[in-house]
Amino acid sequence: MKKPFDQNAPYQPATFAFKDMAVVAEIISRYPEGRQQSAVMPLLDLAQRQVGEEGAAATPPFGGWIPRAAMDEISNILSMPKVKVYEVATFYSMYNLAPVGKFLVQVCSTSPCWLCGSDKIKQACEKHLGIHTGETTKDGLFTVVEVECLGACVNAPMAQINDDFYEDLTAERTTEILKALASGKQVPIGPQNGRTNSMALGGPTTLKDRVKA
Amino acid sequence: MPKLKIDNVEIEVAPGTSILQAAEMLGHEVPRFCFHDKLSVPANCRMCLVEVKPGPPKPQASCALSCADNMEVFTDSPMVKKARKGVMEMLLINHPLDCPICDQGGECDLQDQAVGFGFDRSRYYESKRAVKDKNLGPLIKTVMTRCIQCTRCVRFADEVAGTAELGMMNRGEESEIGTFIEKTITTELSGNLIDVCPVGALTSKPYAFQARPWELKKTETIDVHDAVGANIRVDARGNEVMRILPRLNEDVNEEWIDDRTRFAYDGLKRQRLDRPYIRDDKTGRLRPASWDEAFAAVTAKINKSKNVAAFAGPLADAESMVALKDLIGTNLECRTDGTQYDVSSRAGYLFNSTIAGIEEADAILLVGTNPRFEAAMVNARIHKTWRNRRTKIGVVGEQHNLTYPTTYIGSGPSSLEDLVKGKGAFADVLANAKKPIIIIGMGAFKRADGAAVQSLCRELAEKFNAGFNVLHTAASRVAALDIGFVSDKLNVEHMDVVYLLGVDDRETLDRIDPKAFVIYQGHHGDAGAMRADVILPGSAYTEKNGLYVNIEGRVQAAKQAVWAPGEAREDWKIIRALSGYLGRALPYDDLAQLRTRIVKQWSHFGQVDTIVPAEWKKFGGAGKVEAQPFTSPIDNFYITNVITRASLTMAKCAETAAENAARHLEAAE
Repeated sequence: MKKPFDQNAPYQPATFAFKDMAVVAEIISRYPEGRQQSAVMPLLDLAQRQVGEEGAAATPPFGGWIPRAAMDEISNILSMPKVKVYEVATFYSMYNLAPVGKFLVQVCSTSPCWLCGSDKIKQACEKHLGIHTGETTKDGLFTVVEVECLGACVNAPMAQINDDFYEDLTAERTTEILKALASGKQVPIGPQNGRTNSMALGGPTTLKDRVKA
Repeated sequence: MPKLKIDNVEIEVAPGTSILQAAEMLGHEVPRFCFHDKLSVPANCRMCLVEVKPGPPKPQASCALSCADNMEVFTDSPMVKKARKGVMEMLLINHPLDCPICDQGGECDLQDQAVGFGFDRSRYYESKRAVKDKNLGPLIKTVMTRCIQCTRCVRFADEVAGTAELGMMNRGEESEIGTFIEKTITTELSGNLIDVCPVGALTSKPYAFQARPWELKKTETIDVHDAVGANIRVDARGNEVMRILPRLNEDVNEEWIDDRTRFAYDGLKRQRLDRPYIRDDKTGRLRPASWDEAFAAVTAKINKSKNVAAFAGPLADAESMVALKDLIGTNLECRTDGTQYDVSSRAGYLFNSTIAGIEEADAILLVGTNPRFEAAMVNARIHKTWRNRRTKIGVVGEQHNLTYPTTYIGSGPSSLEDLVKGKGAFADVLANAKKPIIIIGMGAFKRADGAAVQSLCRELAEKFNAGFNVLHTAASRVAALDIGFVSDKLNVEHMDVVYLLGVDDRETLDRIDPKAFVIYQGHHGDAGAMRADVILPGSAYTEKNGLYVNIEGRVQAAKQAVWAPGEAREDWKIIRALSGYLGRALPYDDLAQLRTRIVKQWSHFGQVDTIVPAEWKKFGGAGKVEAQPFTSPIDNFYITNVITRASLTMAKCAETAAENAARHLEAAE
């Protein structure tokens, strides 16, 4: 999906500064001399998280995203051409280039999840929140997007909300999770149907059982 | 040295040679889009696939695969053909088939290769993607839907122009080339993006819908907008120059030219002097006249006067200057831009290290010059050198964004004196360098103590055993100095008759006595023509055969592509005709005789396309240098001579550049 970006939007701040330059310096120091430009990805992530922290406390709240000023600041810090930062930021789907809701709900819709009913999960989100995919709720709490495989096919269908995976979803459970998050409650992450990690649904099995039978 | 077989022909190549290059050496054509000789190798178009044994049983991208011993390569096997056909089909999925309305039509890599490898119908029924066009400024027209994402333009901007402003945004189906932030690109080499683009995504805006390549008559000639002498090809339809393209010359301009060279041609169609004019005694206005009247007026004045001076302007060819010298004899001057330097030794005014020689430099000192504006091709060469070897580059004079990092040493001659004494960090850099070079711009000579600055630079060059290079800004200058079109002390103020051969520099015009009789021979109605009492219409560089000597001392021959407008004539012929009226006819009746006469006295003019190195002698002037800082002679890259001043395209470029500079200042505040 093409990322929404508007360089002249009113929400674009004029300037951006990292809160803690020590963290920035530490990130840059991870890379060998002369290869400092490799720090562009963790720095973009750091900027997005910093904006997200500010957004969580704001009214209405918003989630982490990367303003244009932040990309320019990173290009200054790493002394690389601005356009090279833009290239990286537009390439990866994890970087948001426009404000999103406080909770970014990424519903997986690749084949395994789709076969296991990801359409229903998406519909549950849209119905409960009253928005279409790709939109943000008016209260600034939720953005729903459809994404490609997040690598949790064993526990399909699944969705990622901010940094956490919510797996083995049903339409009802999805609605419950959204309600809980909206009221500020903690929701256990991982499989939502009681199984442990990606263990088989009927409990542990071994090939030995098959040999006996 | 790897030895391999390509299509059953054995070849031995240098280590690191790619299969594509090796195949090319054998004359086996390998189709490609993303690969370009002068750029890095991304291997992303997959068009150059070949079959290689031994190896995995799949085709390999030949541009990115180095030759190895005992390889067996097939560039034309069934597997290769099938693979290329597949690649071509994929490329055409999203390519609009709008060749009839595309300016690239007829010289399009994709079109040509689709004929060779394409399928005769499409198997794709879904809708094609569309990409929004970008505004890249007044020179480049974009139709981004035609883009095949070869990234040649991105790599050119990064690697050659040195202004990384283009990039590949987004990914997959959505990927597109652009600047992301809406902005025009700010390189003076942008026209080359049109050449590197293998499809019609980037085309020339001024040339849009003007002509088809097969209608054009192509003339290989030499550029005169700066003193580099870039090799160009002038494409004309009928008697109109339709466009200008670069020609490959590894020693001069490689295969690039700057935007002034490429796009100023519309200036050749405006403000032209197409008939002689005489200033009317009664009204004080210029009135059209016949050649006969004009020559009669000139003859009357010259025969009556003892103080006749002649000036040769920046665009003059060697032939006309020699003829003018033969005619006038003394009181000659070619340094019309107000510069002062000693010309007794040829090494004192040449770019002795040669342009290609810049690449061997391990330290470069720029004195009073902004090469980006004064000679963009030299700047591109310095950028290439910096990119390859991280050469240390020092600047004495104004600081500019030169597309590579520089060390600022100082603003004026005192910094040069310090360097001669070995003071400062950059003196150590020069001392430790094996092949340092010094490039001196006209900014260092455009002052009363110019000759003394020249001496200082010579001392510096001798101390560090560095190459001494003068960067001229006028195409005619080196030829004029070679033939001795100079005088030691010329008092323009005391001359009653002044003959201007295309001189429009204020520095010279302002010094002419207001009562003096001025003859202007040139092709544009500009400052010089305004001052003139008689105007003799000459030819522009595309309209005459002429010899030019570039900064290195390389003699190059320009060829006539079109005819001069109206009654305008070739410049040497005008001078030859005038000599007849004056009763001292010059002893040559055609160009061949004139060239024989030139070669007889200055033999190096007979060796076209070669450099005769200059002997190193003592040169420069005595005297103290003043403290005032060096300034750059060109502050507007796009508007530097009569042709560019008449060009609408150049005016638009200058406007865009000014807007960009203003925005840059705003952002800095």
